[in-house]
Amino acid sequence: MRMIAEFGHFALILAACVALVQMIVPLIGAQRRWAGWMAVAEPAATAQFILVAASFAALTWAFVTSDFSLRLVTLNSHSAKPMLYKITGVWGNHEGSLLLWVLILALFGASAAWFGGNLKPTLRARVLAVQASVGVAFYAFILLTSNPFLRLESPPLDGQDLNPLLQDPGLAFHPPFLYLGYVGLSMAFSFAVAALIEGRVDAAWGRWVRPWTLAAWLFLTIGIALGSWWAYYELGWGGFWFWDPVENASFMPWLLAAALLHCAIVVEKREALKNWTILLAILAFGFSLIGTFIVRSGVLTSVHAFANDPERGVYILAITGLFVGGALTLYAARASAMEAKGVFGVVSRESALVANNILLAVSCFVVFVGTIWPLVAELAFDRKLSVGPPFFDAAFTPFMVALMILLPVGGMLPWKRARLGRAMQPLWGVLALALAAGGLTWAIQTGQSLLAPLGMTLALWVIGGAAVDLWSRSGKGAPQERLRRLRALPGGDWGKSIAHAGLGITALGVAGLTQWEVEDIRVAQPGERYTVEAFGPWQYDVRLNAVNEVEGPNYISTMASIDVFRGDRQIAHLEPEKRVYPVAGMPTTEAAIDNGILRDVYIVIGDPQANGGWAVRTYIKPLANWIWAGCIVMAIGGMVSLSDRRYRVAAGARKAAPAPEGVPAE
Amino acid sequence: MIRAACFALVLAASGASPAGALSPDELLDDPALEERAREISSQLRCMVCRNEAIDESNADLARDMRLLVRERLVAGDSDEEVIDFVVERYGEYALLRPTTEGANIILWVAGPAMLLVALGIGGGFVWSRRRSPARTEEALSAEEQTRLDALLNE
Repeated sequence: MRMIAEFGHFALILAACVALVQMIVPLIGAQRRWAGWMAVAEPAATAQFILVAASFAALTWAFVTSDFSLRLVTLNSHSAKPMLYKITGVWGNHEGSLLLWVLILALFGASAAWFGGNLKPTLRARVLAVQASVGVAFYAFILLTSNPFLRLESPPLDGQDLNPLLQDPGLAFHPPFLYLGYVGLSMAFSFAVAALIEGRVDAAWGRWVRPWTLAAWLFLTIGIALGSWWAYYELGWGGFWFWDPVENASFMPWLLAAALLHCAIVVEKREALKNWTILLAILAFGFSLIGTFIVRSGVLTSVHAFANDPERGVYILAITGLFVGGALTLYAARASAMEAKGVFGVVSRESALVANNILLAVSCFVVFVGTIWPLVAELAFDRKLSVGPPFFDAAFTPFMVALMILLPVGGMLPWKRARLGRAMQPLWGVLALALAAGGLTWAIQTGQSLLAPLGMTLALWVIGGAAVDLWSRSGKGAPQERLRRLRALPGGDWGKSIAHAGLGITALGVAGLTQWEVEDIRVAQPGERYTVEAFGPWQYDVRLNAVNEVEGPNYISTMASIDVFRGDRQIAHLEPEKRVYPVAGMPTTEAAIDNGILRDVYIVIGDPQANGGWAVRTYIKPLANWIWAGCIVMAIGGMVSLSDRRYRVAAGARKAAPAPEGVPAE
Repeated sequence: MIRAACFALVLAASGASPAGALSPDELLDDPALEERAREISSQLRCMVCRNEAIDESNADLARDMRLLVRERLVAGDSDEEVIDFVVERYGEYALLRPTTEGANIILWVAGPAMLLVALGIGGGFVWSRRRSPARTEEALSAEEQTRLDALLNE
């Protein structure tokens, strides 16, 4: 049992060797049309995955059993830590998180091998080879600079504990989802590079790339939402997005993945925008690599609790440069060979998706420029400056507004050639409703900025538009008949409407929270009851009962007991805490939140005051939960779309004749 | 996670428990003045944290800056004067919203300029697709041609 770490180390080295074979042999095989060489790719991908999984399991074992002879376990774990965080602590550090990275990379590679039976053999061999090449670079990185299996000569009695901020369910599962998204985009990248080598992109290619991108995008959505939600309840201020470089690092691939998702539809249905789709696939994964670089290197000194090591940064930068640069060179050489076919009118679904791509790609560019500008300004102009939320709010938001204005119309336009008037016809009602709601909001909230009414209008426009879009797909006839047909609509249609509605819901939450938040900061004596002044339904009384010292498993807590009343009725009992983790020597703030559909009551306990009172911060946060609910709805939309059997019907088409009951595309 | 870093930094710097974010004793009695203070604070960063406005920061330095802002406001400064004062003392780094001076104009113009370029390219593409002279049917690849020939010869 004591050799398990060595076993894990060995498995990782073997996985690297297998990946090397998987990178070279099938590529040569595909070039020379040697079936035997190409066939190496699949078992290699499976073997590689099993080996990395074994390696990851070995590291997990070391954490679970608190094997402090491993350097990584000593630095990031503690025997008194709850079991859940012993397990999640595996990826709560640089080395472990990279092992998770390659595990997911191998998982995606292996699934391409498992489910790729109907791909053209040369394309499949090349996809798996490209996927393996990314793996090789990261295995080398881990083994050479970030080995998680290093032993200590004299193991300590106990560890130094995991950063207490990471000991939280929200954050514990934030990295795996984020990585599923980041690394999932590697599939799109591999398909793009393989198609460039192959010199051919067709509808089948689009149909293949889309589900992978969709999966990556939906995981990324969940990952970002988890991080945002965590920041909201853990950081004691209730913000949900800070435009920090590390957040931007995950947001940029998300924006590009969303763009890629939409333009792959055009390739699939209309065989147009091929060049652009390939470029976008390369860039989307490129931004994932850049994101990994930003997070892992700390170059933008957003000191992300873990990892801050220039040597590692340079290595990741080299990997990023190699893959993005190499792919773009290949692109420059080969892309012109892929001519688009489809002809379409200026007003058409195709044009709408071009507009979608322009807005998403340019907004990603804005985030990118804002993120690296402090670095550029310092290196090129010798100015030390900051680019914070006020910049991003001003420079990024207009793109989202434009996107949301266009979205419902674009979604209704038919392919090839459309008439704007006809597409708008079912939408006029929604528009009127959205404008009325905006006007009403404006009338009620007297004297505040126009942003909230604007947000309400846009959000309702998008949500209503999504509903109308779905309804209009049920055709004509009696409502019962239409409802029946609605149920039979393909997953893709449902997914589209659900995901778009999710975007609207998130927008609603953002507008409500940013514009109507109420804050109350005061000193309260134990036993004191006070009113938080707010608009009508959001007015609450708060009573501080007492403040006590409480001991947790690996922390000491200052816990307040607070009751929240509306009128005379008690609606919540809250226990906000301030914790100190003695081993890590760090305090954390645990806000107490009474979650509601229309508002959160968010209470933070501050410092004791000289007069025996305590600083208490109370926030009323309108529609806060809608932000993350919208993200979940978006992710559900992605899942529903993934379940669309057209993917499978089409996938089987190469082997057998299409199923007779196959749903006609569009 | 930013805050995680901030906590770590603050603790490393002070070795003591953090002073806490904006606390009751700092608030001004005049609500209008306090509101202006908050507005200004949201545009100023805590110098030892990353991308964190001073109101939200637990750092001692952020507290100093909050108090400074209020001091200047009480002394009768306008919002711009307060911000100028902070920039003079702490440098451009303290601004969360970068100025448009000098090279920073690139930062502000990058987005709109890129949008124009993208609209140009995208618009041109859409226009050209409007009525393509010849529908370029995709030819068979060499491999497919050989396979087809083989099948036909069978």
